[in-house]
Amino acid sequence: MEDIESRNIANLEMETDKKKILEVKNLKTYFYTEEGVVKAVDGVSFNMYEDEVLGLVGETGCGKSVTALSILQLVRAPGEIEEGEVIFKNVDLLTLKKKKMRDYRGKDITMIFQDPLNSLNPVMTVGTQVKEVFELHQREEIYELLDQKMLEWKNKQNRIKELEKKLEDNETNQRLTKEEISDIKNEIEKLEEETRDRPTYRSILREKSRKILEEVGIPDPEEILERYPHELSGGMRQRVMISMALSCNPSILIADEPTTALDVTIQAQILDLMKDLKNEYKTSVLMITHDLGVIAEICDRVAVMYSGNIVEYATATNLFKNPRHPYTKGLISAIPTLDKKKKELDTIRGSVPNLIYPPEGCRFHPRCDYRLEVCDKVRPLLTQIGESYFVACHLFDPQYKDSPKYEWGKEELERTRKI
Amino acid sequence: MTIVEEQSIEIPKKREKEANSKRDNVILRVENMKTYYPIIGGFFKRRIGEVKAVDGVSFKLHRRETIGLVGESGCGKTTIANTILNLVPITKGRVYYKGKVILKSTETKEVLKEILSSITFSTIMDSVSYFFIAKMKKLLEKLEIELFHLFQKLKIIISYFPEKIREKISNFLYRTAKRYFRSKSSFKNKIRRNIQMVFQDPDASLNPRMKIVDIIGEPLKLLKNITGRRKLRKRVLELLNVVSLKREHLDRYPHEFSGGQKQRIIIARALACDPEIIILDEPTSALDVSVQAQILNLLKNLQKRFDLSYIFITHDLSVVHHIADRIKVMYLGKFVEEGTVDDIFNNPSHPYTKALLSARPTFDPTLRRERIILEGDVPSPINPPAGCPFNPRCQEKDKHIGCGIDEPRKIKIEGDSEEHFIFCLPFIEEKKSYKGWQFISD
Repeated sequence: MEDIESRNIANLEMETDKKKILEVKNLKTYFYTEEGVVKAVDGVSFNMYEDEVLGLVGETGCGKSVTALSILQLVRAPGEIEEGEVIFKNVDLLTLKKKKMRDYRGKDITMIFQDPLNSLNPVMTVGTQVKEVFELHQREEIYELLDQKMLEWKNKQNRIKELEKKLEDNETNQRLTKEEISDIKNEIEKLEEETRDRPTYRSILREKSRKILEEVGIPDPEEILERYPHELSGGMRQRVMISMALSCNPSILIADEPTTALDVTIQAQILDLMKDLKNEYKTSVLMITHDLGVIAEICDRVAVMYSGNIVEYATATNLFKNPRHPYTKGLISAIPTLDKKKKELDTIRGSVPNLIYPPEGCRFHPRCDYRLEVCDKVRPLLTQIGESYFVACHLFDPQYKDSPKYEWGKEELERTRKI
Repeated sequence: MTIVEEQSIEIPKKREKEANSKRDNVILRVENMKTYYPIIGGFFKRRIGEVKAVDGVSFKLHRRETIGLVGESGCGKTTIANTILNLVPITKGRVYYKGKVILKSTETKEVLKEILSSITFSTIMDSVSYFFIAKMKKLLEKLEIELFHLFQKLKIIISYFPEKIREKISNFLYRTAKRYFRSKSSFKNKIRRNIQMVFQDPDASLNPRMKIVDIIGEPLKLLKNITGRRKLRKRVLELLNVVSLKREHLDRYPHEFSGGQKQRIIIARALACDPEIIILDEPTSALDVSVQAQILNLLKNLQKRFDLSYIFITHDLSVVHHIADRIKVMYLGKFVEEGTVDDIFNNPSHPYTKALLSARPTFDPTLRRERIILEGDVPSPINPPAGCPFNPRCQEKDKHIGCGIDEPRKIKIEGDSEEHFIFCLPFIEEKKSYKGWQFISD
């Protein structure tokens, strides 16, 4: 079994000329609760490429958020990362110590959370919080910048002194013409204007924060810096969150349902902004959402999760054109569309399984319409079935081509009836 | 496009018969509803302003029909629902249920106007006595002093009447006055039974300490007078079966259910009193897509089975397209567009509706089209912009006359069904030419 898994993971390469930036291999995160072990993430593997958006889509409780938290090692107490590797720039993040991990978190890999109000501190102004990111991760850069600015400032001051001396000399020598004198006076005035404030650590921080807020399209950033989070609207808060996440120019941005708490028109604004910023900063984005519409809008690749596993992993265009896994099919046809008005929406039978006692074999088999006899015995693994297309389903495994179709019992059908 | 004044939309007399039959079908009518929330603060806790949550909204709900209310958060969708159910007092306007007024303003000035308008000369001759004033004393304390003075004057006139007439009159006036103040108490008994509501958050609307039998049984006990444990359990089980839940779920607590099941229980509770109207306030926005599909199918089946009328509040346009017959698009307490589903989705005419439709993500990545992205946020309803409330964000504001000055007017969209209206201002047809103008120099 182990051999098959490792083979499978090694093959999980997409056909692309882009550089691989993050590799998640066989990640397992379990929660040890009183009722039993909840296998929230059970063997998830995927790759992220430079300058691309990967969508992680699935229903509530399928483990998509836990996957993201595991990458950053933010899983809380009853949860533990059991197995797996998260390779970022040739370093396995899971083997790092807490202090070391902090260097990556918020700098190279950042995260935006679903509810911006809960992730901003209500008793600190926006400015303080934005500045904090810079202070934590870019202190040295800021000091360098400060030295540079101080040098400039001193040079300018020297220049003023020089010019003033020239003028003093002129009073005795009278060598300069009137025009030259007025020119010098103008220059002194200009330089004095520029050197009025001595550059400080704080002024640089403020300038940086103002710039980053301007970048995410916040009007009047000077004033917003002084405000508290509750004074801003939902869209504005999310913009502040994005600005904080992007402030250190990260290589990976994890967005956990960034638009779920927002209205459609504001959602469109934020998605548009994220697209622009992605192109500008060349950041790879891991987009976690339950909204297939958002995925279709922004993602290059999609991984569909069900009950702790990735069941389908492909490019967005291919996936939406021709979904292969029965779960993805069901999910897409359950969404009401504007193109065709159906009388009844298609639904998936039954409900999401309990993760403490997940079904044997394929976890989707109790709800699957295309179920084979092997489905409840052997667990399917992600296998390549086409160009950049991976599915974890026995239907596409040549090994089980001859496996007979499962006959649903009457009682079973009644129990998991479609409603 | 032609501009129709609001009063001129009345049905012509020729088709009155048809209209009558149609009117019978109207189950709920809302007329110029305004709901303001007071802002209390400052010194002495004065009323320092008001949030205009719903600002002049009228619509009709027919039998077996679904109206979709669409809009962004904070536009007043939920306030409309709460006002219809009298959970929030109405500030102005009326709500009719089957032709009878069930809700009207209880503000003193409004009541005063109503009473004064009902007192004609003949009723004055017919009414009011010492007796009446004594009985009305309590009510009068509530009213402004103006009314009191009026009656003081009337008292003198009426004191000349013979006693018999006085008594008669007093009864009449007492009844009329009482009617205005009774709406709340009568509402509780009669109307609540027929208008039910399903709320957005299934967790928050189920009491975690009550079993499912008690939760669904409560309205049966209170509104339908079903007592007796067995009877109650039997009826609750029937209701649970309607929403595809089983006998074993009767004695469980809400936390043992998933989100979709909780929403089913809430729907069963709403169905408990055989209502005619159910107001659904974002019933699926807390659910996953596959569960959402189940709930939407269930709601459609129930509508056929029990002849229900729905008011479906949502921000999800694809859901509303699936379930609604007619759609009202709201923005900042006002309707901006109304019409049938086909009207709205095939020919969106108001700039806000256009933006809303284009903001909705598509499911085909190859079809990533250019979207209309609105600038800024929804303005505060405490201090809404002058003129058309949408004008600061409107992408077409240069094309209309007086966007920031005039109130939007009801404009019929020709070529579509009769019910397609937008609330906008007329297009600037031609640029004004200054040829031939004579400037008189000062």
